[in-house]
Amino acid sequence: MAKYLLLKHYRGAKEIPCAPMDQWTPEEVEAHLAFMGHVANTFRERGEFVDAQALAPEGTFVRYDGEGRAPVTDGPFAETKDLIAGWMVIDVDSVERAHEAAAFLSSAPGPGGEPINEWIEVRPFLEHTHTDVE
Amino acid sequence: MEALVRDLAPQVLGVLVRRGADFAAAEDAVQEALVEAVRRWPDDPPADPKPWLITVAWRKFIDASRRESARRTREERIHDEPAPGPAEEHDDTLQLLFLCCHPALTPASAVALTLRAVGGLTTAQIADAYLVPEPTMGQRISRAKRTVADAGVGAPGDLSRVLKVLYLVFNEGYSGDVDLAAEAIRLTRMLMRASDEPEVAGLLALMLLHHARRTARWTADGALVPLAEQDRSLWDTALIAEGVEILQAALAKDRLGEYQCQAAIAALHCDARSTEETDWTQVLEWYDELVSLTDSPVVALNRAVAVGEADGPLAGLRALQEVPADVPRRTAVEAWLHERAGDVAIAATLYAQAASAARSTAERDHLTKQAARLRHG
Repeated sequence: MAKYLLLKHYRGAKEIPCAPMDQWTPEEVEAHLAFMGHVANTFRERGEFVDAQALAPEGTFVRYDGEGRAPVTDGPFAETKDLIAGWMVIDVDSVERAHEAAAFLSSAPGPGGEPINEWIEVRPFLEHTHTDVE
Repeated sequence: MEALVRDLAPQVLGVLVRRGADFAAAEDAVQEALVEAVRRWPDDPPADPKPWLITVAWRKFIDASRRESARRTREERIHDEPAPGPAEEHDDTLQLLFLCCHPALTPASAVALTLRAVGGLTTAQIADAYLVPEPTMGQRISRAKRTVADAGVGAPGDLSRVLKVLYLVFNEGYSGDVDLAAEAIRLTRMLMRASDEPEVAGLLALMLLHHARRTARWTADGALVPLAEQDRSLWDTALIAEGVEILQAALAKDRLGEYQCQAAIAALHCDARSTEETDWTQVLEWYDELVSLTDSPVVALNRAVAVGEADGPLAGLRALQEVPADVPRRTAVEAWLHERAGDVAIAATLYAQAASAARSTAERDHLTKQAARLRHG
């Protein structure tokens, strides 16, 4: 088993970008959220679910600025390509299964009930254990 | 009492399954019997705990089956109760392991089910060890039980699958409060009591010979210590002696297998006071045996390391050419061989490349330090 992070950016695959969620009908939003819950439940039922979190769209960049000085902050930024909407963490048997799970997540319905086909970034976790070569 | 129960529970489970109980129902019945044991034994300890548990678990199972009136056919079957024989304990443990490592299960499911049903660990402990939420592990285990129940018990057991699953558990080491390596050793000892197949002994020897060196393999803060730099006084000599003895008895049966070969290699490492004093020629001979038994590219990679030690880095690099490029840690081995050959700049670049492709944090950190050492040494 290996753990994978499924990272949701706001990155659509279509030529005409999907309208932002606040412009969808309530039913469309409802259907989208219900699907997300269904995805998590499916992973739970399969014994693959580790974690799922959604993030607020606005965040701030922060860095150290020397001893005794207040942290420097920057942002928020409006560029949606850098935004991370949220993530899921799954524990699965193979990278193929991780991709299948990501594609399932990406099939979430958007306006008109059509799949958004959003890009999901799939990143393997580094393992904590290690076997020797000798 | 906990140790006794952990030892007996899988044996009792094995008896119920052999008598025809389906896996999930048998496990429920054993759990109920254990609850009753915990309640009653302190005041009224049985003369012989195992038959007590079998009787109570069997009664619980029959009661549950009766409640499920829709399952009458199964109820008829379970009444054909075979007479208990003297050899049954061993057969039952073996049978249970075969079930938990059923070919219909993925390795991860087989691992989870084995730890639960044979190891007697709680779902919470297994979840903790594999860093997943408890409900996720619970689902994984119940799915595995369903898969085994659907696939049927009839198929003959595959010992090599059982050994593979136990070795997977061993290699997980310990991350939660359960020491999975120790647990794998305990289960393999149990299996060895039930099977005189030399590969079982070979696997146990391999585990012991690795386990004996565990404290030397890691620093206090979790960094990897390569074999050449390990403080060999930290090795557990009693465990090494036991591993070697088990291995020798297995080799004497003259039915060589992968685990015996790997254990023989580990024994040669354990026998040396330093990497310089290691009998690399013999290590290489064992790798040649191993290569003839398996087409694993990982073995071919490890063999290239042994060639590098026995015949020099250039020979090692030639051996490496036969290892496919996508084998994990190939670049790390290539870096090490180049360093040995004096190509420090190439080695540093390769170590850095290997670090970025590492699959574990310990490995990545170790390789990053190697690159840094060569670039600033």
